[in-house]
Order: sequence, then C-alpha cells, then structure tokens
Amino acid sequence: MRKKFFLVWMMAFLMLAGVAPLAYAGKANDTLNILHTVELSSVDNYFNTDRWGVVLCHLLWDSLLYRDFKTGEYKPNLATSYKFIDGKTLEFDLRQGVKFHNGDEFDADDVVYTLNWVSDPKNGVKTQNNVNWIEKCEKLGKYKVRLKTKKNFPAAPEYIAAVMAIYPHKYYAKVGPDGMAIKPVGTGPYKGVEVVPGKSITMAKNENYFADSPKGKPSIGKLHIRFISEVNTQIAELMSGRADWIWRVPQDQAEKMAKMPKITVENSDTMRVHFLQFDAVNKKGRNSPLNKLKVRQAIGHAVDKATIQKTLVRGASQLIHSACYPSQLGCTSDVVRYEYDPAKAKKLLAEAGYPNGFEMDFYGWRERPEMEAIMGYLNAVGIKAKIQYMTYAAVREKIRVGEVDMAMNNWGSFSIHDASAFTGNFFGGTADDNARDPEVIKWLEIADTSVDLEVRKKNYKMALQRIAEQAYCIPLWSSNMNYAYTKDLNFTAQPDEIPRFFNASWK
Amino acid sequence: MLIYTLKRLALAVAVALVVSALSFGLLYLSGDPATAIGGEAATDADILFIRKTYGFDQPIYTQYLTWIGKALRGDFGMSYYFRVPVSQIMAARLPATLILGFSAIVFALVFSIPLGVIAAIRPNSWIDRTALFLSVMGQAMPSFWLGLMLMVLLSVWLPLLPPSGTEGWEYFVMPTIVLGYYAMPAIMRLTRAGMMEVLASDYIRTARAKGLLSGSILFKHALRNAVIPVVSVSAVQFGFMLGGSIVIETVFAIQGMGYLAWESIKRSDFPTVQAVILVFAVIYIVLTLAADLLNGWLDPRIRVT
Repeated sequence: MRKKFFLVWMMAFLMLAGVAPLAYAGKANDTLNILHTVELSSVDNYFNTDRWGVVLCHLLWDSLLYRDFKTGEYKPNLATSYKFIDGKTLEFDLRQGVKFHNGDEFDADDVVYTLNWVSDPKNGVKTQNNVNWIEKCEKLGKYKVRLKTKKNFPAAPEYIAAVMAIYPHKYYAKVGPDGMAIKPVGTGPYKGVEVVPGKSITMAKNENYFADSPKGKPSIGKLHIRFISEVNTQIAELMSGRADWIWRVPQDQAEKMAKMPKITVENSDTMRVHFLQFDAVNKKGRNSPLNKLKVRQAIGHAVDKATIQKTLVRGASQLIHSACYPSQLGCTSDVVRYEYDPAKAKKLLAEAGYPNGFEMDFYGWRERPEMEAIMGYLNAVGIKAKIQYMTYAAVREKIRVGEVDMAMNNWGSFSIHDASAFTGNFFGGTADDNARDPEVIKWLEIADTSVDLEVRKKNYKMALQRIAEQAYCIPLWSSNMNYAYTKDLNFTAQPDEIPRFFNASWK
Repeated sequence: MLIYTLKRLALAVAVALVVSALSFGLLYLSGDPATAIGGEAATDADILFIRKTYGFDQPIYTQYLTWIGKALRGDFGMSYYFRVPVSQIMAARLPATLILGFSAIVFALVFSIPLGVIAAIRPNSWIDRTALFLSVMGQAMPSFWLGLMLMVLLSVWLPLLPPSGTEGWEYFVMPTIVLGYYAMPAIMRLTRAGMMEVLASDYIRTARAKGLLSGSILFKHALRNAVIPVVSVSAVQFGFMLGGSIVIETVFAIQGMGYLAWESIKRSDFPTVQAVILVFAVIYIVLTLAADLLNGWLDPRIRVT
C-alpha cells in the first residue's frame, strides 16, 4: 500500500513538474536508435581505430569492391570490374552515374585523390596498416584507374573491400579530416545528418543510392547512434524503449534479456581469436622455461580449453586450433592439436627439467575469469602462474621487449578475411613476433606476396603447421558477441563484427 | 585577515604544483604512451616516430616543465585521441559537471541542514531516528547501485524520466538525487552534532534566560557557530561532486569531466588526463581555500591559529 502511494505520489509530482512525455525510439518514427560503448575519436574513416569506424565506413561510404559475407566473393561496388595486371598492379573500371551525398559526381579523380592522399604517411592516417601497402594510384581515364602496390599484395582486394572508403576529392581537399569528421560526405547507403563529437551521430537514408550496389537499398529511414559506456545503462535504455539496438552484452545479462518479450537476443561468433602467447625465442636472454618446446607443449595439454569455452565463454564461440580465424583465406585447422591431458603435461614438464613445475608471470588485459581458469589448470600440473593484469599498452610493450613469459592475447584481424592479417602480425618477424622462426617468416613472405592462390595456401599451411608443432602459441577460442534489439527489427549479425544496418528493416 | 589569506594562498599554490607533478609522473607508470597511442597496428618504426613527435624521448622533467609552462598559459596541448585542443574538450564538458555538482550540493544542503537541526532539537525522536537511518543508508549504499535502481524504477517500470543523457533538465533529476544523497550523511551528522553541542553551551542558556525568541537563538546564535565545520565539509563534498562524480557520470552517460577523465585514462590520452587532474586539483584547492576564508570570517579566532 505504501509502495503504491509512493509511486502515485511520484508520478503526480513529476507530471505536475512538467516532465514531457518521453520520446520513444523505433519503428513509430522510423529511427533506429543504436548504442555503442566507445565514443569515436573522429568520424573520418581514416582517423579512428575503433570498430565503429569500420561500421561507419560501410554505412556512409562505399569502397571500390564489396565482400559478400555469404559467398566470400568480391563484388563490384564503386568499381564495375577489376583485374590483376601483375602481382603489383590492379586495374579498376569505375561505375558511372554515381553521386556523392553533396551532389558531386563520382569519377576516377576521387579514387586517385583518396588513395594517394591516405597512403602518404605525411598525412598521418591513423590506420596505417590498412593503407601502407599502396605505392600509388593513377588515372587512366575518367572511369578507369590503376593501383600500384609496394610489393606483391594478393590481399589487396580484401583491404579495398573492407576499409577503403572513397572520398569526394574536391570536398576533402577543401575541408580535410576535421571537416569530414563533422560533416561526412560519401556515396554510401546512409548520409550524415548531424555529428555531435563524442556524443552522437545521426544518419538518414540516401534516397538516391545507386541501384546496382551490392549492399542493396537501405530500408530504415534514420539511424541515430549514441555513445554510452556503461552496459547496465544501455540495457536500461533498451528496456525503457529509448534504444533499439545494443551489442557486446555480457553473456549472463544476455541470457536474462532473452526471456523478455520485447527484446531479441542474438549471439554470434566473431573473428577475434584468443591465444596464449609465449616467450619462445628468448628475446631478452632471460632463459625463461617457456623458451623450451616441451614446456610450451605441456601448457597446451594442461589447459582444458573446451571446458573453459563451454562454461565461461559460452555462446557461439568456437574452439580454435591454429593461429588464424577459420574463414580467413589460407587458414587451415589441419595442424597438431593439444588435447587436454594433464598426465602428459606433467610428463613433458619432467622431461623439460621441471618435475616440480615452476613459477611464472601470466600477463593479460581482458577476460580475467578465463585467465583465472587457465591459472587453475596450470596450477594442477605444478606451474604456479601469477596473474599480472595490466592495460593493453603496458602488456604489449612488455611482450615486445621480451619480458613476458606467457600472455593471454587476442586478435581481431581488423575483420580482414585473409590469414596474413593474423600470421603476418605475430609470426612475420614483426615486433610482436615472439617466435622469430626463420622458416615460418620465409613461408609467410611467400604466402603474403604470391599471386598464385595454391602457392599461398600451401605456404600458409606449412607456416601454421610449424607454429602449432613448435607451440609458439596455443590458440584457444574465438570471441562471441551478444546483440540485443527490439523485436520490431529484422537484423542479422555477422562474424566480422560489422552490423549491416542497410540490410536491416522493420517488421 | 590579510596575512592569513596570503598564507593560505601560498599553501594552495604549493599543493597545486605537487599534484600536477605527481599526476604527470604517475601516468607514465601505466605503460609506454607511444605504444598506447600507436594502437594494435603500430610497428616499431611507428612507435619510434610517435615517441619523437610527441617528445617522449625527452627526460621526464623536461617534459613536465614544458607542459606546466604551457598549462599556466591555458594551453593543455592536443588530445591524442580526439586530435583537438584539450582546453576545447574541457570547455565542452565542464558545464554538465558544474550543473550536476551544483544541483547535487544544493540538494544535499537543502535536505541535510534542516534535518540535522531538527534532529538536534529533538534528539531520539522519530525524526532523529529517521535522519540517522537515512544517513546510514547514504553511507552504506554504493552510488552506482542506487543510480541503477532509480533508473529501473523511474525509467523502466515507470517511464517518467530518461535513463541517461543531458538533453534537458529532466535528465539531471536522477543523477542529482544520487550524487546529493551521497553527500547528505556527513553534512547532516555534523550539523546535528554541532547544534547539540552549541545548544548545550552557556551562551545559549544565557540567551534563553534573557528571554530571546527561540527562532532567533536557533538561527542567529546557535547555527552560525554550529555551521563552521559544515562549511568545510560542504566545500570538500562539492569538490568531490565535481571531481568524484565519475561513477555517476558514467552510469547516467553524462559527458562531463569525470566521464572524460575515466575514458581518457582507458585510452591513455595523457594530455587530457593530466589537464583534468590539474583542473580538479585546482577546483578542490580553491574550494578548500574559500572554506578556510569563510570560516576565518565566521570565527575570527581561527585566523590566529
């Protein structure tokens, strides 16, 4: 009775105080209200490294190609066709009759300007990894361009399709990255309406979107993206009807939300692979036990990754056996596997000279519960692992200088569907390579630069098999992600973590 | 009063400098800033380039002197993350924090001082016990939990208030209640204790004997003395509300200074973190100084000590 009285009183008070009825999201006003946890540093596609930057790249802009996520093939987008002239040269025929959101007509000048500008290191593009393979782009005609790469780069179509937005050259030359960040202009299925830095982005359907785009014409009238870092607040927004779509919902909360009548919860696998990374090469001359193959193999057998995946990670994640994500070109799971076998782990440790185990530091910066579970398994075979939980920057710095025995690492490959995006970073002789195996480096060099698909696959396979045999890392599982959205919405999640709102519609 | 003021001012400047040096130095313990700025894809060459460009290759004291010199002129450098001047970002975020902090301290004072006074006049009455209960609850309840519970009640069950944002005054109702409630116990208990002590003193008995009106005794003679510690505590609480509202700003998605500090720490955006810490420290120091001066005015004996 008292509770009722309180609620009635509170309601009356707020009504008298003049609280306007709250605006509701969704189908009624054809606005999809989207929440994301991280505020973007810039809307300019080339000046942010957040996942939402990749999402915006597909919404506001178009690339020359588009990767069909169902078939994996590259479809013409702003280009109508493309061909490799040789390992370092690609030619594109461009689509005619396409217009940018500001009315400028699209042609070769836009492609040449964009690709040359972003690949010039002087211009300080943040996503250097995505553009630093470009040598130059030349105009061959009003609707024809030639792209030169610095070395043979067969993964070029993947990068072009995934992250290379084409900008209107006159507009970008005038406003630069700061202007593009506030008033983005592209050819994409949605056009920018309002950008409030660090707070929200509003987009409206591009009514003049070209009919032949492989993305398809958008259906929903407006997209309104807000940045809210606290997951519980996001859930409250969704439950109160002020938001329509959220993602990265923790598993336990997702399970509870799935029982609610107005909310759909979808769990999807992602390309982010978790793995144990070791100091295999003894970079700093510390003579860590992890320099020994048998110790690394013992760790592979000591951890019951299937049980951890089933009980802690859960959802649509999958067990990973080699150092790449299975759908990436060149990735193979035909490698040595380390089944859970604690007795064998103990035997290997004894053979390596550690019958009573040893102590080591175990570094990480996310997924603490999973790290603790791994620590428990290691403890059971005699390895006393002490968790060192730090920021990403601190751990990575330590890994690079060779101060880390073992780390729980993860890699999303920037959603690039090519094994090079994973193996190249961790085993290609880079700063992050803690194996430094000359044979692996050689095979990867061939695989990364050959234009012969079979040669690529063969060399990736050899490299991945050796990485597994030598236990340079122990792959664990892929991340999964929970999406929660209103029942009014037709939406399908993809493993590349790019929500395609241009394919979404109201029910 | 002039010497007292000058002494307090010199102390305030010294504290501000120490805090700025500490915040500058401590941030470097969280890892190499060049790696943090470079992000996942940065190569060794990229990191070397960043280190040189941003001056991380200089000795830390050189970096500090350069930074503090510019900061004194209002130039806090460029945010690594947003690539715009930090002063510009702070100017955009400060209003929300000030609105929230000010409304919360007003909320706390409006409820806690009268409650404390009434509780002191009627010790062990139901109102005293209620005040004590509210005070214990306020201290025991984590503010993020109270925030989320209010959100569930007033946004989800009864869709009366928006759960988060800053688009209008109604967005500040829940965060004001939560933040203000957190400050109430200390102010209320101090008012109660101070009033009880003062009411039992000789000069109040004399005032009563002289037949002065009880209202005049209470507010003119008693409250002025009882309120001295309350002024100090309120200043500290207000400082806390500005600087310590990180949790509340995060829960209610208020893009204020606390939220900015938290997000900038996560992003290793050093110039922003350093500037926010310095601004918060200066606000704290100014508030403490103001409280000291106000207390010196309220009670002249303080100036001598």
